[in-house]
Amino acid sequence: MSEFKALSLVPKAEAKQTLKDFKSDQEVRWCPGCGDYAILAAVQSFLPELGLRRENIVFVSGIGCSSRFPYYMNTYGFHSIHGRAPAIATGLAASRPDLSVWVVTGDGDALSIGGNHLIHALRRNVNLNILLFNNRIYGLTKGQYSPTSEIGKITKSTPMGSLDKPFNPISLAVGAEATFVARTIDSDRKHLQSVLREAAAHQGTSLVEIYQNCNIFNDNAFEPLKDPDTRGEVTVPLVHGQPIVFGAEGSKAVRRAPGGGVEVVPTASIAPEEILVHDARNPDPSLAFALSRLDEPAFEHVPIGIFRQIERPSYDSLMAAQLDEAVAAKGEGDLGELLMSGDTWRIG
Amino acid sequence: MTKQVQQLDRVIIRFAGDSGDGMQLTGDRFTAETAEFGNDISTLPNFPAEIRAPAGTLPGVSSFQLHFADHDILTPGDAPNVLVAMNPAALKANLADLPRGADIIANTDEFTKRNLQKVGYADNPLEDGSLDEWRLHKVPLTSMTVQALEGSGLSKKDAERAKNMFALGLLSWLYHRPTEATIKFLEQKFAKKPDIAKANIAAFQAGWNFGETTESFSVSYEIKPAKLESGVYRNISGNVALAYGLIAASKQSGLPLFLGSYPITPASDILHELSKHKRFGVRTFQAEDEIAGVGAALGASFGGALGVTTTSGPGVALKAETVGLAVATELPLIIVDVQRAGPSTGMPTKTEQTDLLMAMFGRNGESPLPIVAPASPSDCFDAAIEAARLATKYRTPVMLLSDGYLANGSEPWRLPNVADLPDLRVEFATETNDESGFQPFKRDPETLARPWAVPGTEGLEHRIGGLEKSDGAGNISYDPANHDLMVRLRQAKIDGIAKDIPPLAVDDPTGDARVLVLGWGSTYGPIAAAVRRVRAAGGKVAQAHLRHLNPLPANTGEVLKAYDRVLLPEINLGQLSLLLRARFLVDIIGYNKVRGLPFKAEELAGVIQEVIDSE
Ligand code: SF4
Repeated sequence: MSEFKALSLVPKAEAKQTLKDFKSDQEVRWCPGCGDYAILAAVQSFLPELGLRRENIVFVSGIGCSSRFPYYMNTYGFHSIHGRAPAIATGLAASRPDLSVWVVTGDGDALSIGGNHLIHALRRNVNLNILLFNNRIYGLTKGQYSPTSEIGKITKSTPMGSLDKPFNPISLAVGAEATFVARTIDSDRKHLQSVLREAAAHQGTSLVEIYQNCNIFNDNAFEPLKDPDTRGEVTVPLVHGQPIVFGAEGSKAVRRAPGGGVEVVPTASIAPEEILVHDARNPDPSLAFALSRLDEPAFEHVPIGIFRQIERPSYDSLMAAQLDEAVAAKGEGDLGELLMSGDTWRIG
Repeated sequence: MTKQVQQLDRVIIRFAGDSGDGMQLTGDRFTAETAEFGNDISTLPNFPAEIRAPAGTLPGVSSFQLHFADHDILTPGDAPNVLVAMNPAALKANLADLPRGADIIANTDEFTKRNLQKVGYADNPLEDGSLDEWRLHKVPLTSMTVQALEGSGLSKKDAERAKNMFALGLLSWLYHRPTEATIKFLEQKFAKKPDIAKANIAAFQAGWNFGETTESFSVSYEIKPAKLESGVYRNISGNVALAYGLIAASKQSGLPLFLGSYPITPASDILHELSKHKRFGVRTFQAEDEIAGVGAALGASFGGALGVTTTSGPGVALKAETVGLAVATELPLIIVDVQRAGPSTGMPTKTEQTDLLMAMFGRNGESPLPIVAPASPSDCFDAAIEAARLATKYRTPVMLLSDGYLANGSEPWRLPNVADLPDLRVEFATETNDESGFQPFKRDPETLARPWAVPGTEGLEHRIGGLEKSDGAGNISYDPANHDLMVRLRQAKIDGIAKDIPPLAVDDPTGDARVLVLGWGSTYGPIAAAVRRVRAAGGKVAQAHLRHLNPLPANTGEVLKAYDRVLLPEINLGQLSLLLRARFLVDIIGYNKVRGLPFKAEELAGVIQEVIDSE
């Protein structure tokens, strides 16, 4: 059972729960082989760990393949409109502190049509968990390039290649000074669940980017991170308090680059104290931002894990506190008194 | 010197000056004095769209019109009897509205060569005889204020700023207004700056004394208190009344109020007002944009709150998709549209009734929703409660169509007894409603409303969304017959509300009028005032006013068909006319003007008379 501060107001289940408790009776309709299945299974098998009453959990989504997610969860769910899930979830979470609210969104939903709501949710820090399934393509509309597709992407809408530079969701979230920013991958259930655990425990908005394979329109988009031959050299695991080393026998290390930012160097080429120790709790977002730039050029080195995890009061708790403060100062509102406020006069 | 006192039954005063001259405050105070005295009142402020237009220019003119009488009145008045012009710009901007023979009180100190030039006067109109047809009172308001404050220790500039209080004092003398409350008000307003409080009070009193002694005013006026229904009154604007109505609806329904809003003229004051009332459990959320405002409100509704979003036309356009989602998910939601002149940005501070068709049809698919429109500033209170009643009872978004004229205009409001407000208690679903499990779209056979099961309710976990859902169970469905059924059910639910609203009432004192004048929303006051004039002149005319625009009261067609002619004045190009013609095949005569201003009673009286005469 969880004792997370973020969930302290959410009622706990009496009985022990299992994965089955969170499966709805709806047939799952993603393409066979879609990465969404793995994420769904990971979430369903993780939630019993929180021990929250199922009826106090809500999944809110926008539009896109990933946004079908709430239908498959035996919790409350709201499949809304394109890009707006963070806004809808904000109203829900801000008015109901007894709920655990999850937003499921995709790269098009969150970063294109809903980009404005995403950045404002992040800066506002409402108690929400945002799971951003990034498959770097539009799946539901059948394969146009997305705001995370690489430049030059050939799709139906870009037969000569896409022209616009993609967003790096982590850089964007850190730039918006989100209080919790992490990246994980659909195929690594253990890592995915460890990140979900920290996200659930976090008070405020947590953004979890989940690399998700769309085997129909953008297969193998994350292959360098999955292929046993390459993944060790590419994946940069971020663990708070640990020096950032990776590769065969820790042969590569991350250090501060002379021109600002960070860089990858052979571990043997630098003194051990030069190796960057990951500090996700640093209130200054600069270093987290620098780490998010490591996979530029794409997939040379990809940090995975929690980039940033800092404490800042959540919007909903501050809002509730203002209400309490107003009542404490002058008592609960009285309607008759309100109507009589200002200059009044009597006739007759 | 003894002065003559003349009795009047009503007066319309317009205070006009530069934005920085404090005309709104002056108007507010005169209103308060007049309310205290017991006259009926109706007011209309008019401010420039620019926050600080250059001083002394025409765009910088701010005015406040006030109509008060010894009988009940319905509008802020067509044309002022008195114009207080604090500078040449104020004179120039308002003279066209002033009938010949009206009084002009001009602040001569500001009619300098430079100020005259700024607004294009070649000669000083106070001196060149061009105002001979009006009763001109030349008063050096600024210098007399400075004189009165000599020895107060205030700088000349600070002393000059009190000139609006000098003007207020003069007008208060002219119309025999009680002054104690204004003195008290000034003491409170400047409690932290006793020097300024003292100076303002001194200026106010100097203005009064000037009236008493000067020869330029030989007559003062008395307007007897009005015989209004007995009760406790206060003056209220439409936006504040609307905010109070929402708070009342929250109390009466037991649902916490959640406002998701984005600042927009002329609706922002509702956000400001609600933000003050956190003691009532009111959560106000200033969103990143209009879409997030309504999205958050809908999310709160899903969680069991009274979700509200407030905006004006451009905002409604942005919110349309989310309102459609509320139609599809059948969740309560109130969308307040304080209409303003469009299209696009239009004229943000000017009024219009041009969003009716957008409210009706401005969404994709068949997406009906109820529309309620208040008729007067104080009626915004009741209209907000009615919108909440329909939204919660029928689980539907409701569009509440106010407008700029109602929002900023004010009138005395006889306070309702809180115990008499309607009971809006809502029952959330708490148990499964079917052997097969909870069916979120299994409807109440009477209202066709679906159960409102809020998160946190055990055993009723369910998923809703914008995709079409199967009747009853609410699972995603692409079945053609089911879609046809659901479209019709959603329509039938809204149409059925006609049974739950009062029939359209007709006011026809003689019972044999052949002409009906119909209206909706804020045109009520001018239409009713016009109807009175026509009747006073012996004309026969019936009047009816629609509060519910969708669905229409069940007897609407019957009422329309009972008259030879139906006249429908609207501040648009005939939007309600279009709906009524299509629906009832009645040949409505439209009277349409879109000048950003309310109708004038006199103008409408002429139009009504013409229709009667053409019979
Ligand atoms: S299109 Fe791609 S993302 Fe969508 S369900 Fe199919 S595989 Fe998954």
